[in-house]
Amino acid sequence: MVEYVPGIPILKPYIDADNKPYWDAVNDHKFVVQQCNKCKNYYQPPRPMCPECLTLDTMDFVPASGKGEVHSYIIYTTDKMAYPGMKIPYAVMVVELDEGVRITANNADDIDTEEIHIGMPVEITFVDIDDSLTLYQFKKREA
Amino acid sequence: MGRNILEEYMNRKYDADIKPSPQANLIKDKTAIVGIGETEYSKNSGRDELDMACEAIKNAADDAGIKVEDIDGLETFTLDRTAMPFIVSTLGLKNLRFASEVSFGGGAACAVTLHAAAAVATGVAKNVVCYRALNEASGHRFGRGDGYAKYMISAPTPHYGYTFPMGFCTPLSWAGCWGRRWMHEFNVTYEQIGWWAVVLREYANKNPRAIFHDKPMTHEDYMNVQMIVEPLRLFDCCVDTDGAAAHIVTSAERAKDLKQKPVYILGAGQSAPIEQEIQTIYNRPVISGLFETWYAAHEAYRVAGVEGKDIDVAELYDPYSLGGIMSLEECDFCERGDAGNFIEGGDNIRVDGKMPTNTNGGLLSEAYIHGYNLVNEGVRQLRGQSYNQVKDPELCMVTAGPGVPSSAMVLRN
Amino acid sequence: MTVQYTDKPIPRPALWGIIYRSSGSLWEGVKEEKFLIQKCKDCGKILHPPRPMCPACHSTEQEYVEASGKGKIYSYVTYNKSPHKAFKAPYSVILVELDEGPRVISNTVDVKPEEIEIGMPVEIAYEKIDDELTLYKFKKAG
Ligand SMILES: [Zn+2]
Ligand SMILES: [Zn+2]
Repeated sequence: MVEYVPGIPILKPYIDADNKPYWDAVNDHKFVVQQCNKCKNYYQPPRPMCPECLTLDTMDFVPASGKGEVHSYIIYTTDKMAYPGMKIPYAVMVVELDEGVRITANNADDIDTEEIHIGMPVEITFVDIDDSLTLYQFKKREA
Repeated sequence: MGRNILEEYMNRKYDADIKPSPQANLIKDKTAIVGIGETEYSKNSGRDELDMACEAIKNAADDAGIKVEDIDGLETFTLDRTAMPFIVSTLGLKNLRFASEVSFGGGAACAVTLHAAAAVATGVAKNVVCYRALNEASGHRFGRGDGYAKYMISAPTPHYGYTFPMGFCTPLSWAGCWGRRWMHEFNVTYEQIGWWAVVLREYANKNPRAIFHDKPMTHEDYMNVQMIVEPLRLFDCCVDTDGAAAHIVTSAERAKDLKQKPVYILGAGQSAPIEQEIQTIYNRPVISGLFETWYAAHEAYRVAGVEGKDIDVAELYDPYSLGGIMSLEECDFCERGDAGNFIEGGDNIRVDGKMPTNTNGGLLSEAYIHGYNLVNEGVRQLRGQSYNQVKDPELCMVTAGPGVPSSAMVLRN
Repeated sequence: MTVQYTDKPIPRPALWGIIYRSSGSLWEGVKEEKFLIQKCKDCGKILHPPRPMCPACHSTEQEYVEASGKGKIYSYVTYNKSPHKAFKAPYSVILVELDEGPRVISNTVDVKPEEIEIGMPVEIAYEKIDDELTLYKFKKAG
């Protein structure tokens, strides 16, 4: 789980034309990834052009399973290199989704930092931080 | 179809038939580093970055035996905060005809030399100085979460937006994610990676320029020091430094008549990470390796016409221990996945070992001048001027910057 | 007339980067109504703006000396539309060539924009903005 320090704002995502549908979906507690409708490859993060087909108009946002496994992770154990708005210790995990793309996020409240290990099955969940920010985290999943 | 570069990477086989051919490369053997200079390295310079840059450049010109006014090219990082016009007006340069900057910080430390050499080889400029000055210890720091927090309310680019809101905001932690995966896939232990910091500290203890010159460190000290971002400890981090360093590139022809033994640029290359924007997106199929270091190193080898086994001494960019350790694999100094075993006990990277590495103490224990101090140490080794001198080295490998657009070069004496 | 300020903050000089090994600085002098310029101790060259190394002889030994404060308008511009919320248009910015040689950017005191002309003799005047900031300006030479 992560705990926030009151008074220090969480850095918000940078929204642009290419990633607006992604963050809009997160706001609605839905998780989408970009998929090229020509070559069917999945892409994360969103981008304006398919690097395989070099087409500008084939990039769709499609619902993703939100299920995957921990591929790597780190734990901030001191405040030296950590974000001051979050209480130490906290973890950041790289999760490989079933679609093949990897997503970076914190562990949800049901996962203790010490429990995290590579290969751990997880699935996506959403937290409303405040009126203007919703983030995704990963919680435990039966393998 | 074009190259399948990731397949080449996984098979450890850089395609030898790439065009242009090494013979068509105008830099190879035709350009040389002829002067090196630096300021004192400290934790608090009390000086301005422009001040330090000009001193380092003047020292490099004096070392080469050329007049400052004969410098006609300037080359630095986009990150450098000394504006070029002030460098010109402070040094009194009158013949400037070439100036450029390379982006993405540390990864550019050999790219600046490559650009300078390209300008010299093509006749655009005669004597190009590459310089970098920073008050990393006392003033502005990169890689600190609170620094980011102070200046931003949203992530600075769309790509950082996928990581900053999660509190994932410093290069050390970004590197920790590749490092963790590498340690996991190859069963590398904390005990093993500790030897990197220990051997580099031994080098620093013999190098009076090093920030940690007077501070010995044992393997036990390493194991007992606090974790900063698990899996990385305090002693895995580079040493924040105030200082500047510079080196001067000219033609092999002119180099012959100058004060120092020329150090020739035998091959150099740049590279970019793929499917991995600025260290923080982990979509490349393999994150348990430093693809961009491998690519730049092998492009440098290809142009130079040499292989990893031909190298006598290496100066590998180590903003955190694992960056340097994993680079040992990417430069073919050991098998992929074997760097943990390779450095265990430290002998292989000591001065009379299989591959003496970061002989000034590296970025961990000499100074963090964004890799420029590694270039200067490589030049010293080939001149025979190092405080940890390897016996009669002929070839030196220098790398810069995993995780970002990167670069590497092979130097010859 | 001089520049009329609004109630918005005036951009301040960055003290970062102007104090080198030589003691004192241009802005410390201005606070005491002295115009200090940097001079190379080795070759005597006047250096403005201040810098850490002499471009003529590469000496790092410099000192600050008090300038006469007298000079001539070398060029100027007049803003009819304000580029910054701290300043009310119209106002002029003048480039003054000091008798010692260096040229400095400043504003006028008691000179209307339409009166300004190239070659006009001027001398330094000081305007205290607040406790932290004093600016140097130029008035018609007496
Ligand atoms: Zn496609
Ligand atoms: Zn002088």
